[in-house]
Amino acid sequence: MTIKQVSVFLENRPGRLAEVLGLLKENKVNIYALYVSDTTQFGILRLIVDQPEAAFAALKENSMTATLTDVIGVSMQDECGALYEIIHTIKEEGVSIEYMYAFAGRKGTNPAALVIRPADMREMIDMLQSKGFKLLSLEEI
Amino acid sequence: MYWNEEIECMSKEQMCELQSKRLVDTVKRVYENVPFYRKKMEEMGVMPEDIRSVEDLHKLPFTTKMDLRDNYPFNTFACPMEDVVRIHASSGTTGKQTVVGYTEQDLEVWAECVARGMTALGVTKKDRVHVSYGYGLFTGGLGAHGGAEYLGATVVPASTGNTSRQVQMLVDFQSTVLCCTPSYALYIADEMQKMGITKDQLNLKFGCFGAEPWTEHMRAEIENKLGLEAHDIYGLSEIMGPGVSMDCTEKTGLHIHADHFIPEIINPETGEVLPEGEEGELVFTCITKQALPLIRYRTKDLSRLTWETCGCGRTLPRMEKVTGRCDDMLIIRGVNVFPSQIESVLLEYGQVEPHYMIYVDRKGLLDTMEVHVEMTEELFSDAVRNIEAHEKKLRQRLESVLGISAAVKLVEPRSIPRSEGKAKRVIDNRKLV
Repeated sequence: MTIKQVSVFLENRPGRLAEVLGLLKENKVNIYALYVSDTTQFGILRLIVDQPEAAFAALKENSMTATLTDVIGVSMQDECGALYEIIHTIKEEGVSIEYMYAFAGRKGTNPAALVIRPADMREMIDMLQSKGFKLLSLEEI
Repeated sequence: MYWNEEIECMSKEQMCELQSKRLVDTVKRVYENVPFYRKKMEEMGVMPEDIRSVEDLHKLPFTTKMDLRDNYPFNTFACPMEDVVRIHASSGTTGKQTVVGYTEQDLEVWAECVARGMTALGVTKKDRVHVSYGYGLFTGGLGAHGGAEYLGATVVPASTGNTSRQVQMLVDFQSTVLCCTPSYALYIADEMQKMGITKDQLNLKFGCFGAEPWTEHMRAEIENKLGLEAHDIYGLSEIMGPGVSMDCTEKTGLHIHADHFIPEIINPETGEVLPEGEEGELVFTCITKQALPLIRYRTKDLSRLTWETCGCGRTLPRMEKVTGRCDDMLIIRGVNVFPSQIESVLLEYGQVEPHYMIYVDRKGLLDTMEVHVEMTEELFSDAVRNIEAHEKKLRQRLESVLGISAAVKLVEPRSIPRSEGKAKRVIDNRKLV
């Protein structure tokens, strides 16, 4: 089970992030989580949103470079040590993470979530499920 | 002080007579030995016997850098390869370099031209000449070296790099002449300051600076910081290398060795020859070169000519300090860069659009170049390291083609203006002219 993440290329210049976010606002796309990966020359904005395909299409139409990437959403409790437990398991099993980010604050059965882009998707999903972690669909976020 | 007074102070009439004789011989030789020139002349309906004096020069075809590229590497040479004793090369407008060759006699003429120029400054065999031009395919290092050695001076072939060691050598060897690019001269001055060394600890008297455009303001700054007389040396590998012309103690223009190179100024648009004193494109015809006697080579450098006798007594024609270019060539850290070279790298790389902008700046004393390239679908990846790998590969390819390093910045798609006619591809913030 994977989630579609929207990744957007950001040229390193003032105002660029506002342009992307403004466009999402116009298209009524709600952002659940975001993560900016930056280098000295450029950035990559990674977003978990309620309508990834619509967001992707809107960005394309406006000549922005974007891509949809599969990531894994893992449910976790919003409490001390919850993130450690997942990461510790990943370490013990020797599975690699390309990048990850976490967010908290949503109510209900899935109060917090971890987003993982693994080196090997199949391996990560099988491992997490076998260890009893709950993977999230977009609707569950 | 003259190296070759007979030539350097010859009357214009005598000079024209000498040029005419040498031109007639050269035209005959290239017609017979270089298929490219034979073809060009036949296309224009000019035969060697139509050229009887310098008055007929305008009947001959021009030669361009593109012609050298089309005949890469050696097809423009007018002598057998076994007589060629040295090769040099400079940037071409696209992938291939411009290759030039010299016979033993060509090297001697070159050395004499440089020796004449240095003598005009007051350099003698008692001087020590520190050469900080790059040695190698670039003509700067070996050109200045050959001339100083021919003159009998003591040469320090320092080449470029390791500036603190260069400063130490200038102090320890008490060199009296410095040959390098004007920007490197300022860089040396900067390094001296960092090392706590003053100009009084040096013994520099003269500087021969060239290979890039520089202003009178820079001349004053270099003279002030290094405590020497800063002189302008001009040249290009296609004609010979540094020393085609050089200014004298008067600093009122550069004396052209007209017994070897006939200068003309043309209208770069129409090719028409302009009268003395008017600004236009500088064109040279080599009349003594054995390996590569180029006919009416278009330098793309803008200048003007005067045949007035100089205050130093020389009658050799003078060209004004080059004020600019009539093409888009850039000179960055002494290296010639053509925007078209960058385009060819991008086209060859694929995955990117062949649209780019070049930003040139002078940070501190060093020229920097940044190339903006548009991000594309093909290039974009969610992983930073994939994009960085592309950036790195582009940077490496640019460096290998251009011969100097350039930063690559990936920008938004369609953010670079598309060409409508002649696109502006270069933003030069150095303010050199």
